[in-house]
Amino acid sequence: MDMVERMPAFPISVHRVVELTSDINADPKELVAIIEHDPVLLMRILKLANSPYFRLSQKITSVNHAVVIVGFNTVKNMALSIAAVGVLRLKTESGFDMEGFLLHSLSTATIARLFAKNMRVPTKASFDYFLSGLLHDYGKIVFAHFKPLDFQRALIMAREKGIPLHEAEKEIFNIDHAQVGSILGEKWNLPSNLVDVMKTHHRQDCARPLLTDVVSASNQIGKELKIGEGGNPVMEKIPDQITGMFGANVEGIVGALGDVRGEIEQAMVFATM
Amino acid sequence: MKITFWGVRGSIPSPGPRTVRYGGNTTCIEIETDEGELIILDAGTGIFGLAQKLLKHLPVTCSIFFSHTHWDHIQGLPFFTPFFIPKNRLDIYGAFDPVSTRSIKDVLGRQMEYCYFPVREAELKAEIHYTTLHERQTIEIGRAKVTSILMNHPVLNFGYLIECNGKSVFFTGDHEPLYNIYRPDDDYYDEYEMLIADKNAGLIDLIERVDVLIVDAAYTSDEYPLKKGWGHGTFDAGISLAKKAGAKSLYFTHHEQLRSDDELDSILIGLRKRYPIGPEFPPYSIAQEGLVIEL
Repeated sequence: MDMVERMPAFPISVHRVVELTSDINADPKELVAIIEHDPVLLMRILKLANSPYFRLSQKITSVNHAVVIVGFNTVKNMALSIAAVGVLRLKTESGFDMEGFLLHSLSTATIARLFAKNMRVPTKASFDYFLSGLLHDYGKIVFAHFKPLDFQRALIMAREKGIPLHEAEKEIFNIDHAQVGSILGEKWNLPSNLVDVMKTHHRQDCARPLLTDVVSASNQIGKELKIGEGGNPVMEKIPDQITGMFGANVEGIVGALGDVRGEIEQAMVFATM
Repeated sequence: MKITFWGVRGSIPSPGPRTVRYGGNTTCIEIETDEGELIILDAGTGIFGLAQKLLKHLPVTCSIFFSHTHWDHIQGLPFFTPFFIPKNRLDIYGAFDPVSTRSIKDVLGRQMEYCYFPVREAELKAEIHYTTLHERQTIEIGRAKVTSILMNHPVLNFGYLIECNGKSVFFTGDHEPLYNIYRPDDDYYDEYEMLIADKNAGLIDLIERVDVLIVDAAYTSDEYPLKKGWGHGTFDAGISLAKKAGAKSLYFTHHEQLRSDDELDSILIGLRKRYPIGPEFPPYSIAQEGLVIEL
């Protein structure tokens, strides 16, 4: 657990955090944007802000929330201390495409945010959609970074047998990425709706909150549009709650959401040097 | 409850003929409760004068609450003479440093390391207890209650509400009122506004009807645009907070280091024209070294 707590962030965001924090006049908005487009930085900032050190009376649910409560300079220096740990290795023995994973996370987050806008989710709650989309597969980076060879076996097994990656992970690790992410989320006092998304985004056998169904649908739509790579060869059914509102046809949903590809392209700026 | 200002200057001690009336020492406020409990807010250089007074009444038992650990709020601590005398008891309180992950004891201890000070923290003779506080923690000192709340500064900064026998005082520590980092046409603008409103409402809720409000007013509103983001407030923002909180009196402190006594007088005259004391605005004045407020 200690090692996972110190996991380094993606190279591009580490580079940008170092660049921004060396400029005394840097725009706070830019730093917030960098943090919230990197799953590792985001997870670690949320963990710090929700840690027992602060014992805040309310959960910190976004980077902006952290900035308002603990102050910009504290968030900035926390980000810099995370950046000082080093950079996430993009090529591990697992063969997992970390850059593809980042794109997958960003596209899921962006599509989830578009769903929230389209469904007129109240402003305060709408930002949970982007954040949950970005972090839903966090357990996969943990596997790829800390157990690359076993994760490689899971990736190959999923591909060869044509089974969902989380089922292959269970065969190899006895635990899947959804469980890993949610265990970390619980341990780190993250908001419960986010933990729920990490835990149940592949489970269609139980009633789930709208947020989880949206992230699950966004995950599938991103795959359908072939943006990024999450390592799962199997497409899942779009949840009923979403098809009930938008119909079952993926292109139809994409059309209803607006400029999906354009929005994703904007988010991609954070994934490329 | 008796409140005494021992240091009212911000950032760096500024002695000299231009600051002789309001004072050049950095932040230190003494609060003596009706039962004689001694609470000290911050240990800027002003605490040295307080130490001289306390030496006449040994042994000393006191609680020092740090708003934050920037130099101007801790620099007098190594010269707080009661530290060196056996049988004195000092309880020290302050925030955790989330960046270096150090407790208040470790953060304060560093300024007494070999290269900065001849006596190490471990060599002090008084009985010293450290407590790292979290937000909204209430510490009871005799019949007084001290409650912490996170304010806005480039380091974690607690404001402290001290309540005793139906009287209350709130000190912001160093504090810049929150502002939206987004433009109105940015996606996050509304969210940020709501977060600010929630945070401000929590503060007002805590300090509503406070008897004495002591605020960081380092800048005038004209100076502020160039100092935005530095973590300090303005006179106008202090008056606005006092009005919203229904504070019964207001004192401005953390005077900018280059501000002369005459300039402070002139600012006060200008404020009183714009915000006449009366039903709308509570009595307010500029904190001065040696000023005593009795409640």
